[in-house]
Amino acid sequence: MKNIITFLTGLIFGLGLIISGMTNPDKVIRFLDIGGIWDPSLIFVMFGGIAVAIVGFKFVQNKSQTVFDDTIHLPRTTHLSKELVIGSMLFGAGWALAGFCPGPALVAFGAGHKKAFIFVMAMIVGMTIHDHLFKASKK
Amino acid sequence: MHITIYWQNLTPGASLLGGILIGLASAILVIFRGKIAGISGILGGLIDLHNSANSHRLWRGLFLIGLVGSSSVYQLFAPLPPSNISASFGTLIVAGLLVGFGTRMGSGCTSGHGICGLSRLSLRSLIATISFMFSGFVVCFLFLHVLRMG
Repeated sequence: MKNIITFLTGLIFGLGLIISGMTNPDKVIRFLDIGGIWDPSLIFVMFGGIAVAIVGFKFVQNKSQTVFDDTIHLPRTTHLSKELVIGSMLFGAGWALAGFCPGPALVAFGAGHKKAFIFVMAMIVGMTIHDHLFKASKK
Repeated sequence: MHITIYWQNLTPGASLLGGILIGLASAILVIFRGKIAGISGILGGLIDLHNSANSHRLWRGLFLIGLVGSSSVYQLFAPLPPSNISASFGTLIVAGLLVGFGTRMGSGCTSGHGICGLSRLSLRSLIATISFMFSGFVVCFLFLHVLRMG
């Protein structure tokens, strides 16, 4: 049962991305291009997402286990590091260049777009380079 | 600065509905599995070779199969909306490397920080979201209007 729910959350998430317009890189770039003819529609994705997700996070706030006895893993870090800011800015740069962030890229890859496949492969290489450089040395 | 709105192409309703589904999926995932629906974290954790434990791979794999399969499920009911990718292959590779590296370094992306983190009222996620939005607007402007490479 819990495996079916996990699969369905991925599916619902992907359907949400498709309906929202996030899987269309041209639209994402028109959202980020305030110097051109601006399409601010995608800000509503964040509004809708937060409005519903906030209820879910409120619900688990004081719980440590789910109904399936899974431990509730919420990030505990509160330290504001330079990695957080620099990493996020590098991500924003890549997002603006291609119009893809990770979720929509995976959905477009699933739809069979060759260019999304190229992006996803490069993204996986980028993740691996980061982990190789920074995570191995910490252990 | 003068801002021109693309009135004829606005989709606030569809974007809001899509956002609600994304929020719903995030809520279900944390309520039933105790996990954050951050796509870069879910994918990054799956392919992280330094994490040798295998127990976490199943939920990550199942979520991602659902995500990647969503296009096929959507097509059962309606034709997929367009996914116009204007970037060249070279740009896509540079962008993909930046997105992969940056999301790992910054511990999240649009979903993990922008939706889940902000919903948890996390200050880190607020800083991350401001950082990637700011950088996204600036790089987009430089790329399209200064370098004129779009």
